[in-house]
Parts: sequence; structure tokens; C-alpha cells
Amino acid sequence: MALAKITSITGRGVYVPGNDIDTDRIIPARFMKCVTFDGLGEFLFFDVRKNADGSDKTHPLNDARFKAASILFSGANFGCGSSREHAPQAIQKYGFRAVIAENFAEIFFGNCTTLGIPCATAAREDIARIAAAIQADPAVEIVIDVDLQVIRFGGETIRAAVRATDRDALINGRWDAIGELLDGMPAMQATAAKLPYFLP
Amino acid sequence: MFAPKSLFEKVWDAHSVRTLANGQTQLLVGTHLIHEVTSPQAFGMVRDLGLKVVMPHRTFATVDHIVPTDQVVEPYRDTLAQTMMEELRKNCAEFGITFFDRATGKQGIVHIVGPEQGITQPGTTIACGDSHTSTHGAFGAIAFGIGTTQIRDVLATQTMALGKLKVRRINVTGRLRAGVYAKDVILHIIRVLGVNGGTGFAYEYGGEVFDRFTMEERMTVCNMSIEGGARAGYVNPDETTFAYLKGRPYAPKGSAWEGAVARWQGFASDAGCRYDDVVNFNGTDIAPTVTWGINPGQAIAIDETIPDPAKTVIIDEKSSIEEALAYMKLSPGAPIKGTKIDVAFIGSCTNGRLSDFQEVAKFIRGRKVAAGVKAIAVPGSQIVGLQCEHLGLDKILTEAGFEWRAAGCSMCLAMNPDKLIGDQLCASSSNRNFKGRQGSPTGRTLLMSPLMVAAAAVTGSVADAREVFAVSAD
Ligand code: SF4
Repeated sequence: MALAKITSITGRGVYVPGNDIDTDRIIPARFMKCVTFDGLGEFLFFDVRKNADGSDKTHPLNDARFKAASILFSGANFGCGSSREHAPQAIQKYGFRAVIAENFAEIFFGNCTTLGIPCATAAREDIARIAAAIQADPAVEIVIDVDLQVIRFGGETIRAAVRATDRDALINGRWDAIGELLDGMPAMQATAAKLPYFLP
Repeated sequence: MFAPKSLFEKVWDAHSVRTLANGQTQLLVGTHLIHEVTSPQAFGMVRDLGLKVVMPHRTFATVDHIVPTDQVVEPYRDTLAQTMMEELRKNCAEFGITFFDRATGKQGIVHIVGPEQGITQPGTTIACGDSHTSTHGAFGAIAFGIGTTQIRDVLATQTMALGKLKVRRINVTGRLRAGVYAKDVILHIIRVLGVNGGTGFAYEYGGEVFDRFTMEERMTVCNMSIEGGARAGYVNPDETTFAYLKGRPYAPKGSAWEGAVARWQGFASDAGCRYDDVVNFNGTDIAPTVTWGINPGQAIAIDETIPDPAKTVIIDEKSSIEEALAYMKLSPGAPIKGTKIDVAFIGSCTNGRLSDFQEVAKFIRGRKVAAGVKAIAVPGSQIVGLQCEHLGLDKILTEAGFEWRAAGCSMCLAMNPDKLIGDQLCASSSNRNFKGRQGSPTGRTLLMSPLMVAAAAVTGSVADAREVFAVSAD
């Protein structure tokens, strides 16, 4: 299976402030009553974006200036809580191609890589600088260099780390592990044969 | 030379298939558990790629999130729920997967069904598309919550790609005081270590308190490891573990039993093994604990006051306290005790087991739920439900004013008809107090032990169960 090599992402950014943004907030559970991931994008951050009557709340994603953003910036422990892949799926289907935060919850992070969404960690001050630059000019071009682990914007360059295994998977086009896992089937059978509880 | 190893390392090594190009491990998954919410898309992916389920006898399914607890006859009023139910039924039939459907009498929350059936065993790896899969670690298994694409990987290859975790040993020594439960232990641990303190770690729980704990208590603690950021949590297997498993439907039988126990014992962490980190707690320092905020780490002892953002100089802490108090509509500096509640919920994969209802029934007998409080008790599985009914616990609870429901996730999350309305405040024995978690975008959740929920239910406000029920050391 030939997968795209994701070495860099270029686009506009939007900053959604806050720490411990959990996957229930990213996609409320009631929208998970579905048997496909299609259409999840419109429910991204639904309860913090919409009032009960369907009107808009004040939220960066409701701000017309940031509508074209494809890179999401946020705070610490992003994506904690439920393992629901509906969360990164909603982020991807909404149109985001990368997420930058101070750090990530583990299951969310892994789910993102598997979908080819780079998650990079950056220092709080650096995220604040980008947030200020986006605020000043929503059209500022942001380049996430996954390979070199830096973010460039408006003449500035900051560090953005991607965990080694995930960086490797992204830049070498093996972020979806299925091909490699299938290659390991004979080794899998051999490992299972040594474990008595695998007997049917 | 003999190098002592932790259980985590032993199980990891025994299930390592090979190292992948990016340095991750291709890990063999011994037991795969699935439910209706996160699996349908995975089966779709398997079909789209023209693949098969490689070891259907190692996958087990049940239905829990979407099932209504007040309607057992299909079709469900909620047509989306009905569709998800039928989708799971179809997928299991097509690929030859055992499905603990309602008609089998063995349906329930996936993390209750696995142990109950004896499917969850020491020294195994377990994966499930659900973050509370950490529950199964109570048996000395390494159990991971995974995403849907990984469910596809496990269905198609019985393996997944994963990086090795570090291990943090958490000792709880001494004794717990009367009226302090496993739920308080884990809320206390998360409060101290933080909601992301466990990132990159598996938590190994031990010490005298865990040695004495029943399997159900160990499950309550391991269940919430994920709320502390740890991907997995476990307790080393011992006689308590083996006694629990003996005779269960999927446990080894006859002559195979002795061999299995010997093998399981061999997986326990060796004395003197190396841990990446060690943290010690004293059991007597733990009080009945209640959350006041919007993540499980925002918790205080029942006799403490709600944090005041003005009293901290740490900017992060200040803003998160402010955000939580604004959402929770609670006042800084006020005691948590006496906070009026609207709903009381006992259930979930954290505290929906037989011993939870037994403990509540023991104290609530003859008492009444306060006027204006909606109280529901939901067994975590059909079997738990029957056991309770057999002991008459359902009668005691309904006489006290609780509604007694059919098995499912119920009000733990917002995927079935059991939901908070508006900004109702719920005393809940579940595991998450995130904004909107219990189904209303403005609903509010206070996490606590089942007996503390019962105390809140009968007094109509957050209370110290030890006072309400005159709990004393017996
Ligand atoms: S009871 Fe709650 S936490 Fe447990 S599996 Fe169900 S929804 Fe998830």
C-alpha cells in the first residue's frame, strides 16, 4: 500500500485555547451514533460552538477570519479521555491536516498518526507567538516541517517535536501500519503458537 | 544471570512479534473485545481492503453504550441505536465472532463482561476500542484502549503497532479507613499525580491495600488509570485473582487449570525488578474523595473546600480552576459538602459490579432518596443484575427510591436515553466529569464512590457517607 510521505504541511492556522481539551468536547458522544465516520466534521467541538437553539457561540472555529485554517493549535494534554477515533476523524473531516499543542494524550496522538495527521508539540511561549501572529493576520502562512521538526511562519522559526516513531512513520509513508502488520503474519502465528491460551 | 523483570516487560516480551521499521513493536493481541460504537467502521475497513478476521475465536463482542436501560424489547425507539445493534450482530455473524447479545443473558459493559466470563486472564494482552480497557489490568493483563483503525489492525492481523511503555510502581501501604473505597484511592492518586501524570507509563499498583483488595476493587482502580493519563494499569496476579477466575466459563478447566495458574504466577513482577518510577501513598491519608471540576483530577476530600483561583499563583492552575468553577457553577472557598444535587447515578464500568450494589444496599436499607432527586441504579451486566435480584438488592434500592434498570453504560455517557437535563448536578459513581459528558451540554458531574452517591441521594446534597450512614470500622 503506497501511502503519501507526509514531510510538511502548509496552511493557515487557528488557535483554540485551553488545557485538557477532552475527546468528549472534540466530538460529543451523541454524534457517535453512526456506523461510518462520514459527516463528523460538522460536529467538531459542537457543544462549545453552538447554543441549544443552534445559534453560534463565540468560538475561534465560528470566526470567519479563521475559516480557511487547516492547522489547529491548542494547549496542554490535548485529546484526553475517550479513545474514540471519531475525535481525530472529526478534526480531519473538518479540514485540519495537523495539530500543534503543548502535549497530547496518548491514545489520541496514536489515532492521529494512523490517519496521517501529524501531531507536534511546541513550547507554550512559541504557541502563544503563533497565536498572536494568526490573530494579527489570519492569512499568515504556516509551514510545519515534520522532517526537520520546526514550524515556520512570518519569518520566524520555532521548534516543534514529533515523537520519533511517529515522525518516521509520517515522513516515510508508513503511518498506516496495516501493510507492515500483514507482512508479519507468519511471525505472528509463530508467537501465538508459543502461548497456550491461543489454542482454539 | 537472572534479570528480574516486571509483569509488564514479561507480557510485552511474550507478545512481541517483531520490531517495525519505525521502531515500534508489532504486538500480538491475545484477547480482542469489541462493542457497537467503535467497531462498525473497523469492519468496514476490513471489507474495503478485502481482508478477513484472522482469529475470530480471540475476539468477543457485547453491546453496552447505546442500549436503553428502560427498554429491553427491540426495535429500540432510537432508530440509530437499533441500526448500531444490528450492524454489530451482522458483523459478528459474518466473521464468526462470539457475541454476548442480550438474548444470551450475558450482555453488559464490555469491561464487566470480560472478567465475568473468565475471558480476562493474567499474562495476556488485551485490546478494545475503549479507553477503559485498562480495567482488565486488574488480572495482571496488559490491556490497551485503541482507536478504530487499530481495531481494524487487530481484526485483520491479531496484532497492532505500539511503542513500549515505561512502568511506574504505585504503592498504597497500610490500611484504608472505614468508609474509604477503591474509588477514593484512584481519585486520590489522580488528584496527586495529575490527569496527564501517567503519559507514557503503565501503572503497576501494589502494596498492602492492593494485596487485600478484592478483584472488583482492583478493577475499579485499574479502570481509571486512563483518567490519570496512563495507557494501562495493572495489579500482579495472586491467589485472589486465581480464586476469582476458577470455574468461570472461559477459564481453563480440569487438568489445564493447575498449569495455567503456574504460568500466571510466573508473570508476576519479580522481586527487585526495575521500575522507571516509584510513588508511595499511605492508605490512612486517603479520605472519601469527590470531584468538583471538569476533569477527574479536580478532586478534594469530602471535608475540604472548593479551590479558590485567587489563592494560586500558578497561572495554569488559576485559569483551569476558573474555567471549572464557571462551568460547574460552584463558589470558590465553599465547602463541597452540602452542595445540592439533582440526580444520583450508581453504575458504569467503574462501579457497576455486585459488590458496589451490596455495599450501598447494606447501608441504604430503610432510608429514602430525598424529594426532588432522581436516583438510578444500573447493573453493569445482565449477570450482575440477576445476582443483585437474587439477593434482593434491587428491592432494597427501589424501596429507597432508586430506579432499578437493565444493564448498560447508561448515564455514564450520552449515547442512550439516560441523560442529564439542562444544568442538573449529578452525584455519579462513573469515571468522567468532562463538560457535557452525561448528555446535556451544560450538565454537571461530581464523581465519587457508590456509597457517597447513596449518601448524596438520601440527603439531597453532597454528604460524608460515614456520617450519613454511621459507617464505622467493623
Ligand atoms: S460505562 Fe462509561 S466509561 Fe465504561 S465503557 Fe461504558 S461509557 Fe465507557
